[in-house]
Amino acid sequence: MNHPLLQVENLVKNFELRANSGIRKTKRIVQAVSDVSFSLDKGQTLGIVGESGSGKTTVGRCILQLLDITSGTISFAGKILSGLSFEEMRQIRRKMQIVFQDPFASLDPKMTVGSSIAEPLVVQGVAGNHEDKVASLLELVGLAADHAKRFPHEFSGGQRQRVGIARALALDPALIVLDEPVSALDVSIQAGVVNLFSDLQKRLGMSYVFIAHDLSVVRHIADRVAVMYLGKIVEIGDKKSIYEHPTHPYTKALLSAVPVPNPTTERSRSRIMLEGDVPSPVNPPTGCRFRTRCWKATELCASSEPQLVVRPTGQLSACHFPE
Amino acid sequence: MGELVLSIRDLRVTFDTPLGPLEAVRGVDIDVHEGEMMGVVGESGSGKSVTFLAAMGLLPHRAKVTGSVTLNGQEMIGASNKVLRNMRGGLMSMIFQDPLSALNPVHRIGDQIVEMLKAHQPKMSDKDAANRAVELLDIVGIPQAAERAHQYPHEFSGGMRQRVVIAIAIANNPKVLIADEPTTALDVTVQAQILEVIERVQKYFGTAVVLITHDLGVIARVADRVNVMYAGRNVEKGGVDALFDHPSHPYTRGLLASLPHEGVERLTPIIGFPPNMLTPPPGCGFAPRCSHATDACLVSLPPLRAFGDLETACIRAEELVMKAGLS
Repeated sequence: MNHPLLQVENLVKNFELRANSGIRKTKRIVQAVSDVSFSLDKGQTLGIVGESGSGKTTVGRCILQLLDITSGTISFAGKILSGLSFEEMRQIRRKMQIVFQDPFASLDPKMTVGSSIAEPLVVQGVAGNHEDKVASLLELVGLAADHAKRFPHEFSGGQRQRVGIARALALDPALIVLDEPVSALDVSIQAGVVNLFSDLQKRLGMSYVFIAHDLSVVRHIADRVAVMYLGKIVEIGDKKSIYEHPTHPYTKALLSAVPVPNPTTERSRSRIMLEGDVPSPVNPPTGCRFRTRCWKATELCASSEPQLVVRPTGQLSACHFPE
Repeated sequence: MGELVLSIRDLRVTFDTPLGPLEAVRGVDIDVHEGEMMGVVGESGSGKSVTFLAAMGLLPHRAKVTGSVTLNGQEMIGASNKVLRNMRGGLMSMIFQDPLSALNPVHRIGDQIVEMLKAHQPKMSDKDAANRAVELLDIVGIPQAAERAHQYPHEFSGGMRQRVVIAIAIANNPKVLIADEPTTALDVTVQAQILEVIERVQKYFGTAVVLITHDLGVIARVADRVNVMYAGRNVEKGGVDALFDHPSHPYTRGLLASLPHEGVERLTPIIGFPPNMLTPPPGCGFAPRCSHATDACLVSLPPLRAFGDLETACIRAEELVMKAGLS
């Protein structure tokens, strides 16, 4: 049996927008995720990068079945996740956890951090001494066992995020979706949390879906990277090929837009300045969704949608005129 | 370097809180010269925003502000409301992180620029002001400026709104533009556009820009000189190349080392977290997190002093450079 831990095939997620224009009720559909496929092996990290509205967070929520998917399949450890009974899903949920962006909003201010961390154990009816488990989890994430009695407001942002991680680890998951887990933290604190993710993965062997807009953090932590634009994966492949030989114009532009902390490099870099903003996902451009901002776009890009194709450097990208 | 336009001397800001006085800014000195791009970098709570809110006279009354801020020779601390009103939006403007809350949702953006123009140039005719507003929108890169001037803020995207805010801020050709995290809420491709607009304003009008940010990449891209702040103090300042090439302060070094670099297997965080400003340490604010701290660091607040081509607030800067050279 050699199947990937997580397999996403042709995932589509639509949201309905209800708007009242005068007396008529109109229904519009936002295709937040459109035909997304990827797989993730055990012990690996897939980074999903993209700007706001790219659908990266929605993909994460769909994987965890926090949102009902519109079509497509998501299989986890060889099992297709749709149409499962409540009880079957409950068993699978133990193996999939999430860490959120905002360490202030994701912890209940009225619960001690110990009871927050123990909550998944209680919900799943895990027998045994929760106190000991909580203590070992706190130590695992670099906090002290006696922190369990404290409340979230007694912790700094970085420490709170560690509590959130401890809670995600409580049920020994095989997969953790990390949704912008370090973007709310100051850089000096961020580095410690990123190291913690690497250490935990080495030690416990779980897989990560690391969703972020910060390309340099993703470069550091991911094995493979998917670049999303307006609900679609435009390029996916090994970290090395994506960062060193980007083939999709959007990937190239995104990489060149990130300022690097080195004034000499910054002055000598040639930059691709994209015009305008990301179009509304309610009414995405025809053909290639990136064409309205792409300097290479031709009529072909408007009339025919490019498919993901393997490039010489190993990755897949969806462009009629790859770099 | 051009003429000195904004000079901050020994600025201190104290807030009265239920838990006692909180000194958010503890003796900051910053000079801004004509036409330069000054980067101010620091983490949350370092006092970087409060420093410039105080300089603009925008802090609530309960904040106690002492020290001196002179703009074009005019003292701003303790100045009358009339003087402050004249200065703000006239000689000095400020833009913020969230462009939507800076704009009035029920007024057309053209009118909002006109309002700013007429506040400082009451003799300007309606027609001239309206034309100037369109010109300004054009300068900040809004396409079809004449038509867009009649639209409302909700009809603009985040990046376009920030451009509108910049147009309002530069309407009266200020000497100093303070940009407080102007691109933090924006996507990177849009950030690149806004930084380009700010640079264009700086070069085109000779406006001095103070760019407050936590992003060292942004600093490296646009700043001429940099001020690093920590726990309400300047800890290091100097030219952007010198500062990134051979930072003297352990905090600056720690900050640079904590960023992901190509080929680095493991990141180097700064241990611990910033001090509680209700009970700041008596000595160097960074000492509790600094691996080089000695007893001498804990005694009194180290002043900023010249050190090579930089200014540093580390009393051990010389020793540390020697040590780094040896290892």
